Amino acid sequence: MTLVKQKVLAMNGDEAVAYAVKQSDVDVVAAYPITPQTIIVERFSEYVHNGEVDTEFVCVESEHSALTACLAASAVGARAFTATASAGLALMHEILFVTSGCRAPVVMAVVNRALSAPINIHCDHSDAMAERDSGWIQIYAENSQEAYDSVIQAFRIAEHTDVLLPVMIGLDGFFLSHTLENVKVLPDETVRNFVGTRKFPLVKSHEGKLVPFRLDPENPITIGPLALFDYYFEIKRQQEEAMRKALPIIKQVHDEYAGISGRRYGNGLIDAYRLEDAEIAAVCLGSTAGTVKTVVDELRSKGIKAGLLRLRTFRPLPTEEIKNALANVKAVGVMDRACSFGGFGGPVFHEVRHVLYDLQTRPHVSNYIYGLGGRDTSPMMIHQIYQDLQQIVETNRVEKPVQFIGVRE
Amino acid sequence: MSEWKFTAKEIAEKPELFASGHRACAGCVPATVHRLVLKAARGPIIASHATGCIEVSSTIYPYTAWRIPWIHTAFENVAANASGIETALKVLRRKGKIKNEHVDVVAFAGDGGTYDIGIQALSGAAERGHDFLYVLYDNEAYMNTGIQRSGGTPHGAWTTTSPAGKVIPGKPQFKKPIAEIMVAHEIPYVATASPFYWKDLIAKARKGLEAEGPAFLHVIAPCPRGWRFPTEKGIELSRLAVETCVFPLWEAVDGEYRLSAPSKVIALKPERKKPVKEYLKIQGRFRHLFTPEHEHVISEIQEIVDKRWKRLLKKCGIA
Ligand SMILES: Cc1ncc(C[n+]2csc(CCOP(=O)(O)OP(=O)(O)O)c2C)c(N)n1
Ligand code: SF4
Ligand SMILES: [Mg+2]
Repeated sequence: MTLVKQKVLAMNGDEAVAYAVKQSDVDVVAAYPITPQTIIVERFSEYVHNGEVDTEFVCVESEHSALTACLAASAVGARAFTATASAGLALMHEILFVTSGCRAPVVMAVVNRALSAPINIHCDHSDAMAERDSGWIQIYAENSQEAYDSVIQAFRIAEHTDVLLPVMIGLDGFFLSHTLENVKVLPDETVRNFVGTRKFPLVKSHEGKLVPFRLDPENPITIGPLALFDYYFEIKRQQEEAMRKALPIIKQVHDEYAGISGRRYGNGLIDAYRLEDAEIAAVCLGSTAGTVKTVVDELRSKGIKAGLLRLRTFRPLPTEEIKNALANVKAVGVMDRACSFGGFGGPVFHEVRHVLYDLQTRPHVSNYIYGLGGRDTSPMMIHQIYQDLQQIVETNRVEKPVQFIGVRE
Repeated sequence: MSEWKFTAKEIAEKPELFASGHRACAGCVPATVHRLVLKAARGPIIASHATGCIEVSSTIYPYTAWRIPWIHTAFENVAANASGIETALKVLRRKGKIKNEHVDVVAFAGDGGTYDIGIQALSGAAERGHDFLYVLYDNEAYMNTGIQRSGGTPHGAWTTTSPAGKVIPGKPQFKKPIAEIMVAHEIPYVATASPFYWKDLIAKARKGLEAEGPAFLHVIAPCPRGWRFPTEKGIELSRLAVETCVFPLWEAVDGEYRLSAPSKVIALKPERKKPVKEYLKIQGRFRHLFTPEHEHVISEIQEIVDKRWKRLLKKCGIA
């Protein structure tokens, strides 16, 4: 594969997402506006009304119907896309599970925003984290460029016949969605060829024929039946299998895309920054990684062996990669932009600490809950985390496993 | 809309798109309604279903009663399913990704999935003008979950959430005029039907499919379990519902109301209008009303039926 020439456009994250959707030969978009996702639907409406896309845009009356319409369109064989945030994602909750259960490869941008109450339009990850068990692949972008690239990759991952799972691309509300950035875009043709057309696996219909898995009057199948204790469990087991199979496919698609675009995000699953010889490391998702990287550079210039592990793919969880990346670190500080009320730390902490448990020599792992409701996360706060990690290494103990950063207590 | 003419023989010979062998109760009229509606199919068709009795009893995996492509996703969103299906068909045909032929879309839902939890998706789909037929099979309660009241349950009826108590004898509220609400959406076709008048029902289902834009077919569908009547009485009750004017038959084409023949006969010969008592007395769900302390509820039911009948006659230009 050879690198293609690319244009640079000044776009915010939402515009970058809309642009990627415009180029990906999407058949149906059904979406409902919510801050900070609105720009996506607005831009896309313009594309439709100006005849720049051959896509049907269904202006539904709710997010519940948005996802339902995408799921049903996908079952007919369409490539379908939606976008939402916060309350909108929560309203979709029921249908998120139905979409993955029906194995509909819908792609959705989630512009991460806090959940009510109190109502708050700014960034945190409580919306997507509440849906981490919904059977969707979850990829979190660090910047608008990555949001653009990831949406294009998402169609390939979702529609891969070994996967057939819906994919969520998370981008941080306002930090990415509303911030102008230079985004390199591939030519339309290149994206169109990269995403290709949908392929349908063959399934055995009730007439005993092998037929494409879609609603087709010539080969009728029943999608979304009642399955009781005699079959339900196997169907769910297959979903988990598909998640496992998605891990190498996310990497493959990422690598193939890198071959065309020249852009890599770690290996597609994890993105390690100055981690090779690191003694202390932070783990985070999304745009915070940008700030953390500058702090890591500052620390490194002072001879402190600091590093960062950004989880790009959170579902399926790349357990082996996380283990390998953090095996030689002495203290790991997991940053969570969401709370798991009454639990032991935030959701990313649960997962990372849990994965590291299997190591012969385990690093210390502590948790820092930060940035809820869009609270600014300054380099100073991140320095504070690394200082804490240094102290953990020095004293060889974690005094406070879960801390809240940047909050009045 | 064409005036499709058909004979009983032709209908009998048409393939059964809703196969027998499903697990609905003996005497289930809603199941019959599905079978009749699909007899109106004019070509390729895709169906969608809201959660409810017929959805569960017709698709117990690995079996299915559906000989056409069919999808169920949830309880409150069948109109959004239909919106997605219709939209996908349109764009995929345009792009040459599927065969270039028209495919009809039909959505089925019970009263719960329509009057109550599903009205938002239905109203939205109607407003957007998707081309599909929505069939409400109205068994007047949430039967799948064990006979709870809905916005379509009639006044005075016993259900498990509107019990015939000592203080409150059944459901205090009246049935929501759902079909008129759909007419108010200014969609091209709305009709009511009863499986006793099966030819009328099939003809209306066909018109609904042929209409360009959203069509709404409201079918009375007696449920022996929920209404507490002997299994062989379902079709008789479907007839009595019309003869008592509890469920008059009409259609509104582009908002113009007109009575259908079985109700028109009553409009022209009012002496043929039977008292609601005849309809109520066969059903166990109204049994508690046939007692001295609750008899007044029967009069209330008669009053609302008369009032609504009069209002309908006016809308149909029969004053
Ligand atoms: C969101 C949601 N709430 C509640 C239910 C439980 N539920 C399933 S079917 C049903 C009632 C269905 O009633 P109706 O639409 O009248 O259909 P019927 O079973 O009477 O044919 C209910 C309450 C559900 N499946 N989903
Ligand atoms: S409960 Fe009523 S509607 Fe449900 S299957 Fe039985 S008869 Fe049919
Ligand atoms: Mg019902």
